Amino acid sequence: MFSAKISGILLGAAAMLGFTAGACAQTVKIGIISSYSGFLSQAADEMEKGINLHIKEYEKTLPAGVKLEVVRRDDGSNPETGKRVAQELITRDRVQLLFGIVSSPVAAAVAPLTAEAKVPLVITNAAGAGITRISPYVVRTSFTLWQEAVPLGQWAAKQGWKTAFTAVSDFLPGHDAEGAFTKGYTDGGGKIAGAVRFPPANPDFAPFVQRIKDAKPDVAFLWVPAGAQATGMLKAARDLGLREAGTKIVSTQDLAPDEELPNIGDIGAGLITAGTYSTYGERPANKAFLAAWEKEYQGKAIPDFLSAHGWDGMTMVFDMIRATNGKFTGDEALKFFTTWKTDNSPRGSIAIDPATRDIVQDIYIRRHEMKDGKLVTVEFDSIKQVKDPWKELNPPK
Amino acid sequence: MTAPAADAPDRKADIDAFARRHKFRWTEALPWAAAIACYFTFENYHALGAQIFATILFALSLDLLIGYAGIITLGHAAFFGVGAYAAGIMAANGFHEPLSGLVIAALAAGIAGFASGAIVLRTSGLTLLMQTLVVAALLQELANKWTSVTGGSDGLLGMKIDPVFGVFRFDLFGNTAYIYCLAVLFLGWLAARNLICSPFGRSLTGIRENAARMRAIGAPVERRKIIIYTISAALAGVSGALIAQTTALVGLGALSLGRSGELLIMLIIGGIGRLYGAFIGVPLYMIAQDRFAAVDPVFWYFWIGLFMIFDGVFARGGALGVIARRRGGSPPQ
Repeated sequence: MFSAKISGILLGAAAMLGFTAGACAQTVKIGIISSYSGFLSQAADEMEKGINLHIKEYEKTLPAGVKLEVVRRDDGSNPETGKRVAQELITRDRVQLLFGIVSSPVAAAVAPLTAEAKVPLVITNAAGAGITRISPYVVRTSFTLWQEAVPLGQWAAKQGWKTAFTAVSDFLPGHDAEGAFTKGYTDGGGKIAGAVRFPPANPDFAPFVQRIKDAKPDVAFLWVPAGAQATGMLKAARDLGLREAGTKIVSTQDLAPDEELPNIGDIGAGLITAGTYSTYGERPANKAFLAAWEKEYQGKAIPDFLSAHGWDGMTMVFDMIRATNGKFTGDEALKFFTTWKTDNSPRGSIAIDPATRDIVQDIYIRRHEMKDGKLVTVEFDSIKQVKDPWKELNPPK
Repeated sequence: MTAPAADAPDRKADIDAFARRHKFRWTEALPWAAAIACYFTFENYHALGAQIFATILFALSLDLLIGYAGIITLGHAAFFGVGAYAAGIMAANGFHEPLSGLVIAALAAGIAGFASGAIVLRTSGLTLLMQTLVVAALLQELANKWTSVTGGSDGLLGMKIDPVFGVFRFDLFGNTAYIYCLAVLFLGWLAARNLICSPFGRSLTGIRENAARMRAIGAPVERRKIIIYTISAALAGVSGALIAQTTALVGLGALSLGRSGELLIMLIIGGIGRLYGAFIGVPLYMIAQDRFAAVDPVFWYFWIGLFMIFDGVFARGGALGVIARRRGGSPPQ
């Protein structure tokens, strides 16, 4: 305990030294909160790589005399810890911006602090639709499930597919996905033939897929959290011959994130997903992003939408630092963020909606198919500049 | 408990020690003095301090079960979670007073403890361990499914907590939270200490050592087990409510197996069945965790693991066990 305390004191002293030294030059201090440990650590790693890559590529473009200092803290995928480290970043480390956050509960826990401390929070993943409502100091550069699944539902209805069956993981993001797809699909004139929810932890998908097959819908909307479950789900669909029975499979990008494509392999062929980002996107900004990524990580990692969202979050912060020469208050930074937009994201054109502080972006409809023995993503349709539909459907009270 | 020696002088010393054991010793003031000193010396660590105090109370409640009554459990987070959700749901639905929130949380967790204890305490050993796990898992699934009340996996949002006594607002720096948790911990500690020094507490030790013999001398073993289980659950519930109120949120993690397991580890580090094990193990673990995670946010779990291995190899019986062995001392009471 003593050595821990002593190291604490030393650290505090070091931080103070850093603080006084930084006063002559202009130091911008950013606190990154992410789930470096816990069940979300794989997602956190994808996001972290995107954030770090942007800092590395663009640190030299900051105005002369501006020094960037990044303090990283682990929330352990746990809201209490997340809230505490945010509190400490604000009161102890005196950061000017909070950044990152993978998990929605953590983001919801941190958000109220930002209003009290007037420190803006830039969320680069946590997708819970209501989070930006909690505090006026929250800005999001990632997405919400409503933003992806409502357009997907509308698009599916437009294809003349008359009946749909939804199967989702039984926790809040799954419920969001189900609600959003159903809304988009029924608004477009489709009919929901049935819905199932399966347990979030290690489910056996076969009985659920069998129920879909028995209902003989035109289209099945599946949703599992991004990661290894996607492969299990698709395997069950293939083994039971869902597609041969005449049912198309659609999902959000969580079912086929870029880094999972090699694991999924040919069982993913024919799958249609709605998403914000794919490494196969034919955009110059994406090409540049991938080139930088390849140079840095040299084939050891594949970027996915989390990496792109983290990268874009840093783009916004860097734009703000350039515009203010590194001298800004929380309110000034926030004002810059709420009107920020760029055409140069790996995702295409993105902007922050000043009314909701949430992101406005194109949603791509993608088909996954085999090409040269590899599962690839082909963006073949898109819905332009989608705002988060949840906020329009649930006006503030 | 070994049989008393036959010769009279030794027996007198034993009886004297027994008669004095409930008296306060000066060393028992140390944790409180340290806590108050830390308030002034570590101003930037008050939020962590408040969480440590609440967790000490949680560990203390577990020690009553495992260390004193010999009831092994891996699902103690169930009662922590019930307390946290009780306090949280009240605060999110228009009842913002913190102290009555603690009372309601204690009642809710106590009722959960009584109801589940009446069933699971019919078993013992590994079966009991599994049963306690099941209770926690069922409650966690209930909280996950019942999204309209608990907020599900997004956590319970919108809690509002009034200032304590209408004066002390829960501030960003955690000053109020620090004192609030410390005061509640002090009361919880007084209650626990009185309990284990009482004849009832002694009978628990008897049950732990030899339940059959306790039955033979006419002690109502089953009833006493349920009583201590209920009391321990209520204390755990207060601890959960403290965390919920001071952080203004409750998540599914409050009911998780991880929380039960981590708590057990903290208690083992400090020393089980010694009342003060919680006061040493919890700060040791949580401060180490905080420092490791700040210095090396990505790989800090490795350092915690290394620390645990050293602790397991060189400090068996926990910190207090080591101290007791050094002094040629006693096994846990």
